[in-house]
This record gives sequence, C-alpha cells and structure tokens, in this order.
Amino acid sequence: MTDTAVSLLAVTEPILRVVNVVKHFSAGVGASVKAVDGVSFDIMPGETVGLVGESGCGKSTLGRVITQLLPATSGEVILDGVDITKLRGEKLRQQRKQLQIIFQDPYASLDPRMTVGDIIAEPLVNFKMIGRGKSKDARVQELLRTVGLNPYFNNRYPHEFSGGQRQRIGIARALALNPKIIICDEPVSALDVSIQAQIINLLEDLQREFHLTYLFIAHDLSVVRHISNRVMVMYLGRICEVAPSDDLYRSQDHPYTRALLSSIPVPDPRIESHRRLVELSGEIPSPRKPPSGCLFHTRCPIAQVPGVCADVVPPLELKPDGHLASCHFSDQVRTKIAVSI
Amino acid sequence: MTRPLLEVRDLNTHFFTDDGEVKAVRGVSFNVQPGETVGIVGESGCGKSVTAMSLLGLVQRPGRVVHGEIIFKGQDLLKLNKKELRNIRGRDIAMIFQDPLSSLNPVLRIGFQINEAMRAHNKIPRRDISRRGIDLLKQVRVPDAEHRIKDFPHQFSGGMRQRAMIAMGLSNKPDLLIADEPTTALDVTVQAQILELLRDLNEQTGAAIILITHNLGIVAGLCRRVLVMYAGEIVEQGPVEQIFDSPQHPYTWSLLRSVPRIDSDRQERLLSIEGLPPDLIDLPVGCKFNPRCPFRVERCFTEPPVIEEVAADQQAACWVTMKRAYEDMNAATIEDTSPGAASGVHPRGLRPEADPTAALAESPQ
Repeated sequence: MTDTAVSLLAVTEPILRVVNVVKHFSAGVGASVKAVDGVSFDIMPGETVGLVGESGCGKSTLGRVITQLLPATSGEVILDGVDITKLRGEKLRQQRKQLQIIFQDPYASLDPRMTVGDIIAEPLVNFKMIGRGKSKDARVQELLRTVGLNPYFNNRYPHEFSGGQRQRIGIARALALNPKIIICDEPVSALDVSIQAQIINLLEDLQREFHLTYLFIAHDLSVVRHISNRVMVMYLGRICEVAPSDDLYRSQDHPYTRALLSSIPVPDPRIESHRRLVELSGEIPSPRKPPSGCLFHTRCPIAQVPGVCADVVPPLELKPDGHLASCHFSDQVRTKIAVSI
Repeated sequence: MTRPLLEVRDLNTHFFTDDGEVKAVRGVSFNVQPGETVGIVGESGCGKSVTAMSLLGLVQRPGRVVHGEIIFKGQDLLKLNKKELRNIRGRDIAMIFQDPLSSLNPVLRIGFQINEAMRAHNKIPRRDISRRGIDLLKQVRVPDAEHRIKDFPHQFSGGMRQRAMIAMGLSNKPDLLIADEPTTALDVTVQAQILELLRDLNEQTGAAIILITHNLGIVAGLCRRVLVMYAGEIVEQGPVEQIFDSPQHPYTWSLLRSVPRIDSDRQERLLSIEGLPPDLIDLPVGCKFNPRCPFRVERCFTEPPVIEEVAADQQAACWVTMKRAYEDMNAATIEDTSPGAASGVHPRGLRPEADPTAALAESPQ
C-alpha cells in the first residue's frame, strides 16, 4: 500500500524541468542575440510536449541547451532531479544518457563512412555497455527491427538508404541507450508527406512500447498538435502560450497563436474558400534588438501602443480557459481578432 | 468553353544519365484555361517541377523532352527555336521559383532587376518602366516601395524577396504564371500572405497560374483544378472540391489521409503509405503505384491503367478506383483496416521473425 503511494508520488514528478533558461549569443562588441530569453516549463513522464514557432524563434537553440550541446547562459535544466547545467565531464555524460536527440537532417546527422551497425552501436560502445562481435550485432539488429528496418542491413552505409529510412536509423541510435526522454528536433520536416506519416506513427508506437517522453520541436503546427499532449508556442526567444493540443484549435489566448493558426492551410477547399487571415503588420523583429514590453506588440493587431503593451512585459500566466499565455489582453483575443478557423 | 490558353499533349521528358534513362515525365496531358488556377501536387521526384521546366524549355542536359506537344495560344512551344522561345518566356509565360534568394542577383538593385525584365521584352513602353517598377512593388505589397526599390536583395527578408520575384514575373503582364513551390522556403505566416497575394493578383490581372506544390492545403486554398502526379505520371485530375471530397485514385486518397489536419478533432493515427516511390529508371510493370497500393488487384501488375473519366470532369488512372473499393468492402472496413494495413511499419518486431528478408516493407534503394 505505502509502496504504491510512494511510486504514484514519484510518477507525478516531472521528468524534465526547465527553469528560467536563458541563452544569449554574443554578436559583436556589447551586442548579443537573445535566442532564448527566460523559458520555463515541465515535462511529465510519458508526455509529449510540442514546441512550435517560426524560424529564428529559438526553438532549436532551446533543444540544444536542454541536451547541453550548447551551454546555457543561465537557468537550470533539471533532468530526473539533477540540474545538468551544473554538471561537467563524466557526471554530465552519465546523467545525459537518459536524454537523447533526433535531428532534422537525416543526411547530415549520420556519418557517411560508418556502417549503420556502427552508427547505432556507437552510443553503446561509448558507455561500454556492449562488447564487440555477436552481442553487439544482436542488439543492433533488435534496434533495427524495432524501427521497422531489415535487421540484416547493419553492414550497409547511410547512402544506401532513403531519407525516411535514414531517419529510422537516427531513431534507432537514439533508442540504443534506453533513454527516458527524446528531444525530436524537426524530425519529419525534411521528409515527403507519405514518409512523414510513417515516422510520426513510428514515434507514437515507440512511445507506447518504451514509455518514452518527447519534446517535439517543429515549425509545422498541424504535425506538432497531432503528436503532442501539450503545445508551447514560442516567439522571439520566449514562450507566449501553452495549451492542451485538443483545445488549441478552439481557443487561443495569445494573438500570435491565433495568427499562426489562421495561416495554416487546411486540405479542404470549402474551409479554404472562406479563410480569413490575421494580418500581422511588418516582419519578425531582429532578436538582436527585441521590442520593449511585449515582444509581439510591433505586429499585434490588438496591441495598445503607446501603452501597456509597449512598456510592460506580460507574464506567462494561467488564463481562465486553463492555458498559460503572456498577453495583457488575452480576454480580447477571441473577440477582437476575427478569423474563420 | 473558350480555347485553352495552354494545351499539353502526351509530354514525355527523360534524362539520359550514366545509370540509365530516367523517365521523369511520361504521357502528361492537361489544359489550362485563361485565368484559371491549376495546382500540380506530388512528392519529390514525381515529375511536377520537370513538367514545369519542360513547358518553358528549361530542361537542361542530360534531360530532353522526347515527345509531346505544348500548345500555348495556338503555337507549339516545342517547335520554336531558342530566340522565339525567349520572346515568350518572361513575357507571356513567367515563372517564380522556390528559393527567391538564389533567383535574384545579389549585386544588382531590386529595381534594376524588375525593370530589366521589362526592358528585355519591349512590351512596356520605355518611359513607363521605372514608374511601373514602383507600382509593381506596391501591388505586391512591399511597404515604402519608392525607397525599397533601390535596395539590394540582401536587404529584403525572405517574404519580401518572393514578393519582388512575383513583381518581376508580373511585370510584362503575362498570360500564365508558373509558381514552383513559391512558399516552401517561407514561414507559415509569410506563406499565408504570399498565397493571399497570388489569389488577389489572379483576380486583378487575369493571369492564369500553375502552382506546383507538395502541400495539399495550399492547393485547396488557391487552385480551382488539381493534377496529382506520381512517379512521372498524372494519376488523377479534376476540380479541387471533387478531388478532395471524392478522390478516386488510391494514391490521392492515401495522400489526403496521411497529413495531420489542424482542424481535425480526433487525434487518430495517420495513414502512412507503405514503402517508397519507385525508381524512375526501373519502373514497375503495370500501375506504377502497385507496390504501395492497399487496393491493388491482379490486373494492376500486368497492365498500366489508362487515365479515364471517373466522374464529370474528373479523370483517374486506376483499374480499381475508390468508388469500387468502397463498394467491394463496405466503407467502414476500409477506414478501419487501412491505417494498420497500409503502414508497413512493424515497430514491435513481430513480423520479421518468420522471414526476415521478405516480411519487411522497405528495402534500400
């Protein structure tokens, strides 16, 4: 009885906590690009959290900071109770085993001079988890089978495979160390439509089988919403809205989310014929000189400028519909911004 | 109906490579009416871009149009010499490409490049050219056009560059604008603006548009008719509403079910099309889609299907067609079994045990 209670309690702890993570890149004397500017969120075990935004919003940088491929400027990344930004060397390596990453470009992310077997076994060899010879082959073949590839392809080279198959190889490599959480950084955006569906379905199957947790980073909101339980929308290095996927299409608390949704073409001519676009004025500002106050106020259709939107940074806070949003006028988003979605 | 602006008859474009003859486009026929918007959809390598390049005589060696007719305003473009073709290209037929940065010359000002297109064809009176350059930039909604026309391409954002390309394309008042993946390199909010612009320009200028894309949503929003291409052939064509409501070719049907929709309520499993598109050097016998088709019958392996009328104004190249597939099994069965049956993904490693080489859907190229 007490055991169950304890394990239940443990389960409700987030597997990953990102606390106020900041990543600035220096850009010449005295200047910096605020690629990620104070981002916090939790991911629960078994959950898929989506992260969307347009190019340059900082979503990939955030993924790289979480995996510690890039050091954070400040903030904490707490993986399974341990802040990995404070760890160095061997300790970091051991803790990070639980966290793997799948990259966007299945051509650039596999070494062309290694066999598929060596690519998949490399993490295992690094952590001295297998010897050479038979036991290695057996594990590689098991992994190839798991991702739906012929297990006897382990002696082939990446160029012999198509884009979708290479992405499966990348997934097999990520699974090799039995990670708890996988960061998927645009894993399907380089693939054709019919192949995208194969990979998305595979990721969903693997999640069920191995109880994986995903942070799914992509620019395609339709794909992100399909695979995620929760969706975070990012703009200029900050999160502007977090909402359950089921709810996101019906209600939005941030004008940018609404604009983004209104921009996505739906494969249905009847819906498309009465689409109305949220007109965003201007272009995405440079992250080198981000706007004051609310980062979105320069393009927002309902911003009060001059006024609170240009002066005060809106906090990411809980709204009545259960979303988190950072907007001073979130109650007006649905009434004042007309879209026909 | 009026005489079509463009009639493409039995177009075949092949590439003669060291590895063999790549039959990139085979037997493609379609019409474009004046002012019409036609979408060509398909995945990479299906021949949609090669079709567009063939129309403009832009296919480079080792490629060549080996057969067919491209009749534009009563004239077969394939019979013209280089100079005659150059007079049509950029003047009566304009093209915009996927990557606006590599299509613009980085050392010349935007205005110079737009005006150059007009100077080359003598359609617009010389004295009107610079005025029209600014008007065009205004028409494609570049803010502060009088000043921005003096900018260099690197001073423009991606979306603005594509607007400049569209301005250039429209500068000689063409009858036909071919847009090859015009928004693929752009962010969604910018994409939506460019598509809205193309829609408005089609209404204002009356120029017909051929839009080449892999995105079914874009076709639904912009086009009146759609051609679906697979492995170098048109497998289905017809009015957009009809094709999206009642696709008759299993490829079209599968493609529509393989993309997640932002407006769908149920997070149902996506239908994934088994396997890979065929090698264009070594094509399957019979229907080119037969290795991946969930509804194939014996005839599909022996005889290539001919494209024929399946509904009013809708043609498909399939021996089965979805109408018959739905009749043969009841509709519910198709919906229930297809996602699993068509996926070809056996992630649990259940299938391969029996015969590890045969049971796996995919094999390397």
